[in-house]
Amino acid sequence: MPDLQQRVDELLESHDPETTPRAIFLGAQYDAGLAWVHFPEGLGGLGLSRGRQSEVDDRLEAVGAPRPDVARNAIGLGMAAPTMVAFGTPEMQQRYLRPLFACTEIWCQLFSEPGAGSDLAAVATRAVPDGDEWVVDGQKVWTSGAHNADFAILVARTDTSVPKHAGLTYFVLEMNVPGIEIRPLRQITGEAEFNEVFLSGVRIHDRNRVGAVGEGWKVATTTLNNERVAIGAGNEREAGQIGVVTQRWRRDPCVRTPGNHAELMQWWVETEVTRLAGERLRQGLEVGQPGPESSAMKLAFAQQAQQVSGFALELAPEEGLTYHDWSMVRPETGSLLGHGPGFRYLRAKGNSIEGGTSEIMRNIIAERVLGLPPEHRPDKGIAFKDVPR
Amino acid sequence: MTDLLYTDVEESLRSSVRSTLQRSLDEGLAARLYDEPDTDTSPIWQALAGQIGLAGLLVPESLGGVGAGPREAAVVLEELGRTVAPVPFLTSSVIATTALLTAGDEEHLPALAAGERTAALVLPWTARRGTWACVQGSVEPVAGALGADLLVVPTTGEGGVTSLRAYESGEVEVEAITSLDMTRPLARVTVRGEGVEIASGPTAEAAVDAALAAGAALLPSEQLGLAQWCLETTVEYAKTRVQFARPIGSFQAIKHRLADLYLLLVNTQAAARHAAGTLADDDPDQHVAQAVAQAFCGDAAVRAAEEALQLHGGIGMTWEHPVHTHLKRAKSDQLALGTPERHRADLAGLVDLPAS
Repeated sequence: MPDLQQRVDELLESHDPETTPRAIFLGAQYDAGLAWVHFPEGLGGLGLSRGRQSEVDDRLEAVGAPRPDVARNAIGLGMAAPTMVAFGTPEMQQRYLRPLFACTEIWCQLFSEPGAGSDLAAVATRAVPDGDEWVVDGQKVWTSGAHNADFAILVARTDTSVPKHAGLTYFVLEMNVPGIEIRPLRQITGEAEFNEVFLSGVRIHDRNRVGAVGEGWKVATTTLNNERVAIGAGNEREAGQIGVVTQRWRRDPCVRTPGNHAELMQWWVETEVTRLAGERLRQGLEVGQPGPESSAMKLAFAQQAQQVSGFALELAPEEGLTYHDWSMVRPETGSLLGHGPGFRYLRAKGNSIEGGTSEIMRNIIAERVLGLPPEHRPDKGIAFKDVPR
Repeated sequence: MTDLLYTDVEESLRSSVRSTLQRSLDEGLAARLYDEPDTDTSPIWQALAGQIGLAGLLVPESLGGVGAGPREAAVVLEELGRTVAPVPFLTSSVIATTALLTAGDEEHLPALAAGERTAALVLPWTARRGTWACVQGSVEPVAGALGADLLVVPTTGEGGVTSLRAYESGEVEVEAITSLDMTRPLARVTVRGEGVEIASGPTAEAAVDAALAAGAALLPSEQLGLAQWCLETTVEYAKTRVQFARPIGSFQAIKHRLADLYLLLVNTQAAARHAAGTLADDDPDQHVAQAVAQAFCGDAAVRAAEEALQLHGGIGMTWEHPVHTHLKRAKSDQLALGTPERHRADLAGLVDLPAS
């Protein structure tokens, strides 16, 4: 068992965190197996348990070392990387993982479509084989950061004659090839954090296929499970929306009324308890007991972010009636806490939709955790081309 | 951060408690206590105390106990909560025992640890750390006093100093009160004699505060076990109860309510484990953890029991179905050792969020 702290010491000695440029530091961290300690050796990891990553991250955080830009490359770090380790070819793993971790290459996710949101297996974007290549046509939507991305993970339909889950294939797509059009999708906040992506005659070499033809659903499920773990990750006390509110409360006695106080303490307790549940999940992962709690954590996070961000507007009503800026911008990074309280309130509405709606999370808990009977599904066992749409 | 998981030792203790309860507790007993409050429940406690040593769980081995800690006691309470078992573990083996341990008592603890006698701290069952008042004459409602051999009473001694005193059951008057939860019946206790002083002044106050803090840290585990029983029982029912030619558990409205309840229990479990763990670690964060757990778990257990009743439909309203005994315990537990609202107020002081 390699001594983690010794490895971190060696990294810090050979790469002074104060003077080493971020990409170079992160590349060295990857080479030392300290990017994701639970990944295999040679792929940025050491084959340790997932929970031990915090021993590395806490230390690097404490000395102010350069860290991956999670806000800008969340899809790459949280979803593309574990999927690549589980299903990518050795060539793909060598080509993509290191620059992904160093954040010199940014990733986006071409999954959702206008007709396939919660019903993700209903994607209609087609990939048709042509020699060594695939030709892709279709429309994706709700793609965060597509305008900044160098690569995408893509799910496309390669066979319409089989039921929906069986006809999908998973690809890596370079975002600068011909035939990709990215249009900003302006949202409730006024910003265009997300995009529509139109794919017309886009060619992907078969070596960029991840997993077998027709097994795209299995690969995508790995990606999505990692997404939910990432969303439910443990935090410090008073992190997130509740932290904004408690800071305001301590700073500004004008917001203190008995009713507000009762509500504040309710939210404080709820967010603290959810933080503890996230911590409990993390401790379980650390000792190799992955719990089914991650779907529940995402549900809790969405509910609280929405309720607490709404409460923040009521706390200072005159300010709550204002808004920082309605101009249409395409932000570099997704931010849940940036700007004013109005932005936070509106942006939080997405928390119960992105990464699986709260309703789908409840179905997952009910069926997979509690074992309740499945929903009635009229498309089950029917070829995709015969499903009414 | 304290360990929020369960150790192998705790899991093995859990299965011993569960199997002993299965052997000694018949399913109709909880409801019968409402019709026949004088039913003798001592064999259940004797089985738990004698076979597993629960009475002395928190007592050091030097005083005849097991020398375990709050984490283990929490697991025991989860199992007692599942069955709303009518035993004095929380009142005698946790709360009164903690008072005696903190007061430095060596006289009474061996008999308590051996399960030969039980004790109760004589304060209203709503008392909480830092806010209780010394007993003058009569006090109610007191939990665990009916049938207790030893009554531990904080009184005002000479010069207005707090005196923690021990009374034999013969020295006090204990009158049963018809209780919302007859599985943990309450009493009016009237103290007349002198008793024997166990501790006085700051030591006595610290002993009572420690006892109430232990109660606040561990009652949430009882609430967790109770709520888990409610969810599991309701899920099983929803899988088998057919209406409109479908199991009701296949209706999305029902599934989503049960999923929400599951989320509530994930949170309840984390809060309860945190309170037990920080008490065991003597963590400086323990009073925050207790207030959080008391504020959250009491409401959660009530909601779990209320949902269980509703989702069982008409059968849930009947005397024959055990959900009512769980609802009565859940609602009583929510009021015990400080309501959620009062613990939120305490918490505000602890985390610097003043009311005005």
